[in-house]
Amino acid sequence: MEREFIITIFSENKVGLLSQITTVFTHRNVNIESIAASPSAIEGIHKHTIMVKNDPERVANLVKQIEKKVDVLKVFCYSPSEVVMQQLALYKVKRSRNVEDMVRRHNVRILEIHDEYIVLEKTGHKDEIDELYRMLAPHGIYQFVSSGQVAIIKSRRELLDEYLKYVNEKRDRIMREDK
Amino acid sequence: MISSFSDTTTQPTKDYPRITGSEAVIRSFLAEGVETIFGYPGGAIIPVYNALFDYRDKLNHILVRHEQCALHAAQGYARATGKTGVCIVTSGPGATNTVTGLADALLDSTPIVLISGQVASGQLGTDAFQEINFLELTQSVTKWNCQVKRAEDIPAAIARAFYIASSGRPGPVVVDITKDAQNGMTEFNYQPVKFIRSYQPYADIDNNQILEAVRLINLARKPMALIGQGVILAGAEKELREFLEKSGIPAASTLLGLSALPTDHPLYVGMLGMHGNYGPNIKNRDCDLLIAIGMRFDDRVTGDPSKFGINAKVIHLEIDPAEINKIVYADVPVLGNVKESLPMITERISKNDHSAWIEEFRVCNNIEREEVIEPAVERRGAHLRMGEVVDAVSKEFEDAILVTDVGQQQMFASKYFKFKRSRSIITSGGLGTMGFGLPAAIGAKIGLPERDVCLFVGDGGLQMTSQELGTIFQSQVGVKIILMNNGYLGMVRQWQELFYDKRYSFTELVNPDFELLAKANHIAYRCVERHEDLNDAIREMHSTEGAFLLECRVEREENVFPMVPAGAPVHDIRLE
Repeated sequence: MEREFIITIFSENKVGLLSQITTVFTHRNVNIESIAASPSAIEGIHKHTIMVKNDPERVANLVKQIEKKVDVLKVFCYSPSEVVMQQLALYKVKRSRNVEDMVRRHNVRILEIHDEYIVLEKTGHKDEIDELYRMLAPHGIYQFVSSGQVAIIKSRRELLDEYLKYVNEKRDRIMREDK
Repeated sequence: MISSFSDTTTQPTKDYPRITGSEAVIRSFLAEGVETIFGYPGGAIIPVYNALFDYRDKLNHILVRHEQCALHAAQGYARATGKTGVCIVTSGPGATNTVTGLADALLDSTPIVLISGQVASGQLGTDAFQEINFLELTQSVTKWNCQVKRAEDIPAAIARAFYIASSGRPGPVVVDITKDAQNGMTEFNYQPVKFIRSYQPYADIDNNQILEAVRLINLARKPMALIGQGVILAGAEKELREFLEKSGIPAASTLLGLSALPTDHPLYVGMLGMHGNYGPNIKNRDCDLLIAIGMRFDDRVTGDPSKFGINAKVIHLEIDPAEINKIVYADVPVLGNVKESLPMITERISKNDHSAWIEEFRVCNNIEREEVIEPAVERRGAHLRMGEVVDAVSKEFEDAILVTDVGQQQMFASKYFKFKRSRSIITSGGLGTMGFGLPAAIGAKIGLPERDVCLFVGDGGLQMTSQELGTIFQSQVGVKIILMNNGYLGMVRQWQELFYDKRYSFTELVNPDFELLAKANHIAYRCVERHEDLNDAIREMHSTEGAFLLECRVEREENVFPMVPAGAPVHDIRLE
């Protein structure tokens, strides 16, 4: 049965890494619903957030194949309830009284106002962004763009920190044995 | 020195020699203990070849005739010797030609380091002459790849490449070096890599899983061990024997796991898979515990995976986490190097005897012997048959390395050849690359010149890479080539016969004169068509110094049996 998963990938900041990761998705026949990449809270480590809809077994195997990439540090996989998720969208719409009402009701930021059009910014869940799109559509959307979803884990444990501590100890052990 | 290719800090540099990037490539090889490289020069790699010229006494370079074969030869070398195979090719077409070899090495877990030339860094992205985006192209056929654009990064990149290729589950890696990096100057201070933060090739073995495995093994009434190439790659042949001999468990082998256990070992019950032996396939249904050791449940082994070991629990000893639960669910996954995990299990299990269960395999194997093997190796009928050729060669060449191409001869050879020690079979398993055999045999013979190397190849496969007969002549490589000529792409023809109503669509070959082909390359040749000439011909091949091409004109429409129909459960194996 298909379910939604949020895969967060921590990697070294290397040229071509995003393509290394997306290759795994193509190879293992899993579609990417949304993707976002940025530096993480730890210097030199990049974080990629990828949403997929697929069956849990296939996703579990996919995660291991991504982690197998040499420059990938660690991969975690979550269900939507385990994370706080947000997405940002921009809408360029025709100006009208109705649109201005909607802006007030939906907690939407106005980025630019022009005689003809208005540019709106909405941050929120994918559902909210889709809902606003549906409401604005009848009034004329000139342009629409949305970012990939980003996510932060609710758990108090910082799993990447634990992993880095483990590998650093391993490195020290190897270096000691070497001497 | 800070390098993006090093995870550990290096000593401040002083008094190290300044050399070209190209010489750094060669000296890095020497620092890694490389003795032999396979390659083909071209524009973007000339500087490395220029440096190599001064090191001819230290590095043996084999000039192949096509870059694909540099890879296959390096694979043969790596699988025979256990060392990392090394190749050098140029950019563009030189690089693209290697893709089949890289893919083959990735699927069959063979350690390879490939150095490819690249256009100068200033030209990157301009569609320069012989420029190709080789990193992107090899993303899915390598374990790791990188591009080096500065001479000073070359030693660290190569050190990383060797570590990644040979550690954990081995595989091919590519280091793509721009021409300006080859020509640039660098200090040379080689430091082998022993640690990469983002790459942990050896898992810590989970003691609880060991205990659970021990419990299941002690309880099992009808257990079977499945030996994969992981045993050979880990050098765990001794640990395997100790485990089997204490537990008394019968063991079957995958195609690539062959020779990890000698063929005549009392606990060895045959080969698994679509064209494997009757016993290990048919008994799969009765088995109550499968102990998979360094194998990955390839579909050619499992048939319908949902019915594989349908009454059995599964213990999976495996170094690659991504293989656990990929095809067959493991009740007890034991992640880690089998050289470590097997003794932990052996130490704790009780000594046992499963002779009644093993007898069931013997009964099956007797059926197979009577119905399939004896008729196949018996010298009767109008024509020679592949089974009798393999049987006769195996008897004459005791303890040879078997190299095969892909197809019917591969299945006959791997089943009828007798193995005495490990690393004695080299065959393309995962990718099933026709044309693999000849160059792989060259690599194996160069790696272990003191051992006989017998290549079984079909008329189709030989012609895919027959230009390498020239390499055999130039480098004087003494491989024994047994050509099974049936004038067909035999395995495809067999499928067409059995499943496509005998519609032999483009599987018949009109062949060249193989004697002339051998003679053109100064290779000794003999043709055999009659049963009574076979032994004499094989003896002649054995006693002839150097390479030999023995053309066996075999029965044209012979089929390989037993056979599991594609997608069927393995216990549906057919004897005819």
